[in-house]
Amino acid sequence: MIELIIPAIISCLLAFFIVYFTTPPLIKILTKKNYAVKDMNKKENVMIVRPGGPSIILGIVVSEIVLYGFFQLNEILAIIITTSAAFVIGYIDDRKVMGGWFKPVTLAIAALPIIFLGAYDSDLAFPLFGDVQIPLLYLGLIVFMIPITGNTINSIDVLNGVASGFMVIASFTLSICLFILQNYEIAIVSLPLGFVSLAFYKYHKIPSKIFPGDSGALTFGAMYGVIAIIGGVEIIAAIALLPAVINSFLFLSSVKRVVEHRQIKNPTKLTPDFKLMTTDDKTAPVTLVRLILAGGPLTEKQVGFAIFKLAIFSGALAIITAFMMGMSL
Amino acid sequence: MKSGLYGFLFAMWALIIVGGGIMVILLGPFTIQQFGDFHWIIASGIKVTIALILVVIWILILSKLKNWIFKKELNS
Repeated sequence: MIELIIPAIISCLLAFFIVYFTTPPLIKILTKKNYAVKDMNKKENVMIVRPGGPSIILGIVVSEIVLYGFFQLNEILAIIITTSAAFVIGYIDDRKVMGGWFKPVTLAIAALPIIFLGAYDSDLAFPLFGDVQIPLLYLGLIVFMIPITGNTINSIDVLNGVASGFMVIASFTLSICLFILQNYEIAIVSLPLGFVSLAFYKYHKIPSKIFPGDSGALTFGAMYGVIAIIGGVEIIAAIALLPAVINSFLFLSSVKRVVEHRQIKNPTKLTPDFKLMTTDDKTAPVTLVRLILAGGPLTEKQVGFAIFKLAIFSGALAIITAFMMGMSL
Repeated sequence: MKSGLYGFLFAMWALIIVGGGIMVILLGPFTIQQFGDFHWIIASGIKVTIALILVVIWILILSKLKNWIFKKELNS
């Protein structure tokens, strides 16, 4: 057991402190270069720098390389390559606005190393009912999963601290589920995602000092998707991500096409006392935030905590599902 | 509104569990032998088609459920 605990502690400390200490200098560099965008949910003209992706990917890559030194698993290489590719894709989108097709297509390509490295098991495990073998269908699932998780996390990055805070809850839930299923090595490999998210949340929480940008959000989402695949916990991962999935589902069912979030109308507006409320514009998309605000105006912080409570609820459902994996009808 | 969202989350979870049951019990053991060496490709194709139909049905159910839950919440 000690051979697992030492790498786990080293990688978690590295993941946390690399992001914790590299984000402030990154904020300074981005401020100097004037890479800033307006915080849309503030009354004053508040500018926030972006992207925070470089410090996030640095924390992930260094901690995973250290873990590779201990375990020499192809699964870790798959995490490093696919997550780095997702970061590059997001960074290109941060610097130059690309079309709506760019991220899904390139993220699908970024998923290919998982297949080439053979870092997957084509059996899909369901709670209560057991496994189903879908060798061909599973290859399609891998190619679809990374764009879905990447864009799902990207689409929930709408308020200060929500994407990173949500990732803290979802990724630690996934790690707990992997421990419950006794998949210890992949559980340890998954831990850096939670610690990187936690360190970044310190600077991303309201009032944000930095935004993750597409490079940060896609890095979070892609790594989450890779862990789901290499850990064989695709269903559990989807359940832990349900509030973000609902957000994407509501968005797509109201917009009815794949579209860049920059191209759509803001579904919320500010009240005179700086609270968020739903817009009267019927053509604006329905989103999770808009539904939370349907009961009346709330502060940005209150909406963020409402999303975190939903994430904890779906995390509890994911843990229940992990226990159900050991049962059969 | 928030209780409606929790209900919607729970409904999605239940649909995932039920969908898994259908996949494992009905689709998993499905095989055909009449097409020589290509039987597994044809069987996979049929499984993919049924899985996609199930996904569409699930999305329609969720869409109806979403409208029902949120209309009920807004009226209360």
